[in-house]
Amino acid sequence: MLQIRNLKTHFFTRGGVAAAVDDVSIRIPPRSIVGVVGESGCGKSVTALSVLQLVSRPGKIVSGSILLDGEELIGKPSKQMRRIRGNKISMIFQEPMTSLNPVYTVGRQVAETMILHRGASKAEAMDRTVEMFRAVGIPAPEKRLKSFPHQLSGGLRQRVMIAMAMACKPSLMIADEPTTALDVTIEAQILHLMKELERDMGTSIMMITHNMGVVAELCDYVYVMYAGKVMEHAGIFDLFDHTKHPYTQGLLNSIPKPSGVRGRLFNIEGMVPSLLRLPKGCRFSPRCEQAVRECFESEPGLYAVSPGHGVRCFLYRDCGDGGEAI
Amino acid sequence: MNGAEFDLDQELAQRDDATAAGRLKGMLRNNKVAAFSVLVIALIIAASFAAPLYSPYDPNKPSLSERFAPPSRTHWLGCDDLGRDQLVRLIYGARISIVIGLLPTSLSMLLGAALGMISGYVGGKTDFWIMRLADVVLAFPSLLLAMVVSYTLGGGIVSIFIALSAVSWAGTARVIRAQTMSLKEKEFVLAARSIGVRGGVIIFRHILPNCVPSLIVLFTLNIPGAIMNESSLSFLGVGASPPSTSWGLMIYRYKTYLLSYPWLAIAPGMAILIFVLAFNFLGDGVRDALDPYMKD
Amino acid sequence: MARYILRRFLISIPVLVGVALILFLLLNVVPGDPVTLMMGEHIKPALIEAFRARMHLDDPVLVRFGRYMLGALRGDFGVSYKLQREVSGLIWQAFPHTVKLTIYSAFVSWIIGIPAGIFSAVKHNTLIDRSLMGFSLMGVSLPIFWAGLLMQYVFASRLGWLPVTGYYSIKYYIMPSVVLGWSSAGTVARLTRSNLLEIMKNDFIRTARAKGLSEPSVVACHALKNAMLPVITVMALQVAGLLGGAVMTESVFGIPGIGRIAVDAITHRDMPLLQGTILFTTAIVIAGNLAADIMYAFLDPRIRVEQANS
Repeated sequence: MLQIRNLKTHFFTRGGVAAAVDDVSIRIPPRSIVGVVGESGCGKSVTALSVLQLVSRPGKIVSGSILLDGEELIGKPSKQMRRIRGNKISMIFQEPMTSLNPVYTVGRQVAETMILHRGASKAEAMDRTVEMFRAVGIPAPEKRLKSFPHQLSGGLRQRVMIAMAMACKPSLMIADEPTTALDVTIEAQILHLMKELERDMGTSIMMITHNMGVVAELCDYVYVMYAGKVMEHAGIFDLFDHTKHPYTQGLLNSIPKPSGVRGRLFNIEGMVPSLLRLPKGCRFSPRCEQAVRECFESEPGLYAVSPGHGVRCFLYRDCGDGGEAI
Repeated sequence: MNGAEFDLDQELAQRDDATAAGRLKGMLRNNKVAAFSVLVIALIIAASFAAPLYSPYDPNKPSLSERFAPPSRTHWLGCDDLGRDQLVRLIYGARISIVIGLLPTSLSMLLGAALGMISGYVGGKTDFWIMRLADVVLAFPSLLLAMVVSYTLGGGIVSIFIALSAVSWAGTARVIRAQTMSLKEKEFVLAARSIGVRGGVIIFRHILPNCVPSLIVLFTLNIPGAIMNESSLSFLGVGASPPSTSWGLMIYRYKTYLLSYPWLAIAPGMAILIFVLAFNFLGDGVRDALDPYMKD
Repeated sequence: MARYILRRFLISIPVLVGVALILFLLLNVVPGDPVTLMMGEHIKPALIEAFRARMHLDDPVLVRFGRYMLGALRGDFGVSYKLQREVSGLIWQAFPHTVKLTIYSAFVSWIIGIPAGIFSAVKHNTLIDRSLMGFSLMGVSLPIFWAGLLMQYVFASRLGWLPVTGYYSIKYYIMPSVVLGWSSAGTVARLTRSNLLEIMKNDFIRTARAKGLSEPSVVACHALKNAMLPVITVMALQVAGLLGGAVMTESVFGIPGIGRIAVDAITHRDMPLLQGTILFTTAIVIAGNLAADIMYAFLDPRIRVEQANS
């Protein structure tokens, strides 16, 4: 349904060109939840914004292709692109606090999407908004229509955002760290809601997160990104049971386990490199415990360890090329 | 807008522009208008203070044979109603604008910073009264308050000096107070307080250094207002008085001859415009460089 | 809401009293005897004594201040030394001129400033943006009195399109309003621009874009209302700047408004008149600030609803 192929989004800054998204390919099949995981600055949010063509200066999509149901989005006239945003692809953001306009009621903000894309009258849109509010589990929906964002709790605000995103029954919803700013109990509720909506309404979800726990809870398929590149991609069970890439291993090992061995929590040494000064060779090599000399000299490709499981690491070179998901 | 996680700008900022001085230098490199303004300001200051060294004429000595002489090779901007060289008078007149632009602004800055930090740090009743006083001062239109102060002190340059210092401290105090209050809750201040460092020491060692960028911004932004107020007061006849020359006073004097000798009044106005504009451009650049909230 | 307004109103009273006190102290500690200053050196001592007694000039300062405030509450600001007329009467005579000038120039400044600011923000970091902002800085840096003189020279004396000075019809107000309005248009433009840019950085703007709204709709529907809130405050705060500027403008264009009276009062060392006009003007400014706060509260749901609920 959504196919991102060899996407490159660069930021042209005073200090040089930063390849925030560097040759990334991601496939999101219909009726699925696909996770994109990585530390801050790995390019996962920029990838999401690229899909909606909302990367703002100094960022620019340099090359690649983004196909929605076979239709190319890159280079689409802005008028046609606007018909896709909020309609076929919608997006929710990390901060439900600041993502809603403080001077309008939440009802109006949700209704706006339907008035815009469905040509609904204001009354119709408000009725539909009540339905949506009910669907996302907002109590007393009629009353909540007239609330302003600051009168709602963080969890409720995120439900409003989801209602807004689902209002036009899009085929894809991009969720950029939707639960990071929420309490753990609220986070569980929101994740549960998203899973339900995916099942009931058939909307695929691109779940952007840094939290492996969220991935395990929600996703069918996972892409692990590091410094602008996909390092590993696999089905959820493969990723957790047959973890290949040292970086993914590191990520999984740094989750505290209640049953695990007591002692120091594992962490990946070092810092994410600056995109302006990437190390030579594999970009994870300076932090990799298993790096060999080659890793510091040339960049590995994506190797297919099994069907649908690709790893960007020389350790798996023997498996042969063709690890691209598409 | 680059996505919440993409902190490239921040990273850049940390790399080459860690200090206030570094950021100012960077600003002057990149912002041509601000750099040019610095040049203009420096030129005007140097020219006016070095004037006695090179000026061929006395700015105050009348020469009746040259009354209203038009611009010529000997008198580039002509002569005024008493035959005094206009350009020389303009150059000497800059001194008042410079002194008024810099000194009362510095004084009010010190006052405002001190009161603001005390107000923010001590809080309670002290804070309440200082801020009410600031409210009162800010309620006055600054030009009117300056007029009143200058009335009380009987006019002249010293009274302008005091008047302008008295009106502009309040804005500074408010900004610095707000900043002090937020700094007070920062971990490094809490840490210092928790080990019993005295209030005065905390203010000087921890709070003041963090307020310096704001103070620099406020300083450059306040200068043009002070210069403007001085020229207005002088134009109204409650500011500088003869024989000292000020651009405002010159316009006041020469406006009588506007119809017959318009350049006499046009030139000093142009001088004010250029000088104030240069400070405004510089102030803009400084604010963009130092004020994190104003950065685009 | 009513409680909020009432509270805001009550806060501004002590400020006004503070203003009056400072003004009173400043004007009553003038070195030299005001009576001799006013009547000249060669006056009979007995006359001076009589005058001092009539004016209660020998009472303690605070007593005189109390008396002055009580009078001011009833609209009595004393009698002008120079003109020997009620100060309040003189103020009421002058006030309409100043109001006209202020309103006209505020209008000029919004018509120029707000569109320029919006345009500049939308075209952020382009040549248009830079030239508009340079231009507005020019407005801020222009000495009002000088610009007024230049306009008089060009449009009245040289071209003969407009009258030089006077206050008889709207034609007379064109130059003063443009000069005064122009100088504050710069401030309005810069403020509108910076607010709009700040708002455009917010997450909810990204939400609006992600909804599929066009860029003009994003600006007009989602950014402008937020950005205009502070601008409205400034419009009311502008009153202070405009009243200050009116002093200069009125002097240059011969409009007998409040500012003109104040300048005359200084020239003639007419203390009661100066005190009355400045107190009056400052009261207007404080009222302007109050109006701004109340308007802001009406427009911003974050304040409006909170107050309604509490």
